[in-house]
Amino acid sequence: MFPNIILLWIAGAIIVLISYYFDKEKTRQGVKKGVKIFKGLLSPFVNIMILASFILVVVPPEMIERYLGGESGFFGITLSAIIGSITLIPAFIVYPLASELLERGASYMVIATFITTLLMVGVVTYPLESKYFGKKVALVRNVLNFFAAILIGLLIGVIM
Amino acid sequence: MNNKYLKEYGFILVFIIFGLVSYFYSFTFGVKASKTFLNMFIEMISFIPIVFILVGLLDAWIPKKKFEKYMGPESGLKGTLLSVIFSMFQAGPLYGAFPIVYILYKKGASVKNIFIFLGCFSSLKIPMLTIETGYLGLEFTLARTAITVPLFIAIGYLMDYYLKGKDFKITDPTEAQ
Repeated sequence: MFPNIILLWIAGAIIVLISYYFDKEKTRQGVKKGVKIFKGLLSPFVNIMILASFILVVVPPEMIERYLGGESGFFGITLSAIIGSITLIPAFIVYPLASELLERGASYMVIATFITTLLMVGVVTYPLESKYFGKKVALVRNVLNFFAAILIGLLIGVIM
Repeated sequence: MNNKYLKEYGFILVFIIFGLVSYFYSFTFGVKASKTFLNMFIEMISFIPIVFILVGLLDAWIPKKKFEKYMGPESGLKGTLLSVIFSMFQAGPLYGAFPIVYILYKKGASVKNIFIFLGCFSSLKIPMLTIETGYLGLEFTLARTAITVPLFIAIGYLMDYYLKGKDFKITDPTEAQ
């Protein structure tokens, strides 16, 4: 991971410099916006990580492997799809947790299902979505994506 | 002003104090939790800031308005492709996409492209993919993307088929009230 990070920062710095060379004003605005987004996300990001570290200390790896590992099968994939559907948190905030879970024995299949439902199925946002699309269309979209997420998880499980 | 900061960072502050006290009294559970947290935090802070600076730059350089014109019912494959590309330069959660979808709909984007956009919006955003690669690896990210995109395009076609002949409208709830 470490050499990659150094490369990322070097590449980032070069891109910023090139952008600055072509348009100072745009670059200033862009960097400012980026810092603003980061600042806005910092506290939810850190809060989730605090919760995640408690969960990871309390829940033993054997349990993670049993319920979310490769052998958890139908149960694991359904559980992760349901949890992903009802929680409302930006996906990239859960990536740190996902990576820790993987290290402790969760399967790629389960993680992919969880992330996809988190992204595409929103039980909490269903009332809002209904206001845009109508109740029936919103329901159809969510149900379709719920099953698509399970399919994606299964396929990832086959590949990885 | 003070209250706002307390609300935003209060939980973090309590956790830091908890961590320090745990170290001081050798409270194993607290020490373990703060070590796990510290590892995650270092990992995060070492690459997330630069990702968002690049996201901000991207936002400043990409002319979003131009995309909207080419996503109509007659746009064919080009429109679909544009829906995918357009979605990659967005940011934010799925519910943030509904107002954008409304604007696309108003400008005449097809049902198919709207749902393709929605699917790709949530899972192909460049900043998100960068972070996903950082945490879960390139192999996983590529595999997930390669499987997801065709499926979401299929969902776009399915929704299009399902809504054909039905009186489908996208409404703006903020306008209706």
